[in-house]
Amino acid sequence: MRNLLTLLTGVVFGTGIALSGMANPAKVINFFDIAGSWDPSLAFVMGGAVIVTFIGYRLVLQRERPVFEPQFDIPTNRRLDVKLIGGSAIFGVGWGIAGFCPGGALPALGTGNTNVIIFVVALIAGMFFTRFMLTRGGAGGKTAQPAE
Amino acid sequence: METSFTPFASLGGGILIGLAAVMLMFLRGRIMGATGVLAGALRPASRYDWTWRALLLLGMFTGPWVYLVFAGSLPAIDVPVSTVMLLIGGFLVGIGVTLGSGCTSGHGVCGMARLSPRSFAATGTFMLTTGITVYLVRHVFGA
Repeated sequence: MRNLLTLLTGVVFGTGIALSGMANPAKVINFFDIAGSWDPSLAFVMGGAVIVTFIGYRLVLQRERPVFEPQFDIPTNRRLDVKLIGGSAIFGVGWGIAGFCPGGALPALGTGNTNVIIFVVALIAGMFFTRFMLTRGGAGGKTAQPAE
Repeated sequence: METSFTPFASLGGGILIGLAAVMLMFLRGRIMGATGVLAGALRPASRYDWTWRALLLLGMFTGPWVYLVFAGSLPAIDVPVSTVMLLIGGFLVGIGVTLGSGCTSGHGVCGMARLSPRSFAATGTFMLTTGITVYLVRHVFGA
């Protein structure tokens, strides 16, 4: 049951991404192209997702623990640092160039689309490259917060 | 390339994304961030840790096919950029989400929903740099 419901959670996420347009780079880039062929649709994706999550988290986090785990695993770091801001800035540049973000591309991978595969291979290469550089740099890799 | 304004489909998709985030917190106590799920699946802490991530990813891959059942076609994946740009963009996204500990789903949805100051800062930053990048690529360099 635990595994089946986890799988179902992935199905709901993937279907949401497919319906929302987040897996479509043309739509994503147009959302940011206010000076050109602007398509404001993606504001509705983030709006809908944040409102549902905001309300849902408030209900769920009143529980002692999640259904299948001994405790909630939620990031506690509250520090704004150069790594967070610099990393997010670089992510935005990449998102603007390619039009895919990880959450949009992973469900789209299920279609076997060549462009999605190319993006995800580059994405994983970038993740491993960064992890390697951080680990080589010493403490950075070890103290790094788990990604959200 | 023009795309049509789809407020209802996009809102519906957003609601499903939010629902999945709430389900994952309710069931497994985890943040529904694509970056975190993928990074952990590639370097799992244990077999148990790998299993839930792999199941979640497997479920995600079926999303476009569930969409097909209801909509009658697979979702559009129109890529208005070159393969070189996909590679450069993908590599930069990989660097950025690793350093920044998250992406649109982790920071933009889950983090903002739990009012995390880091996620607000991250989301504000990447929305800004994405917008600047799209402007430069489309209207300055004309790619």
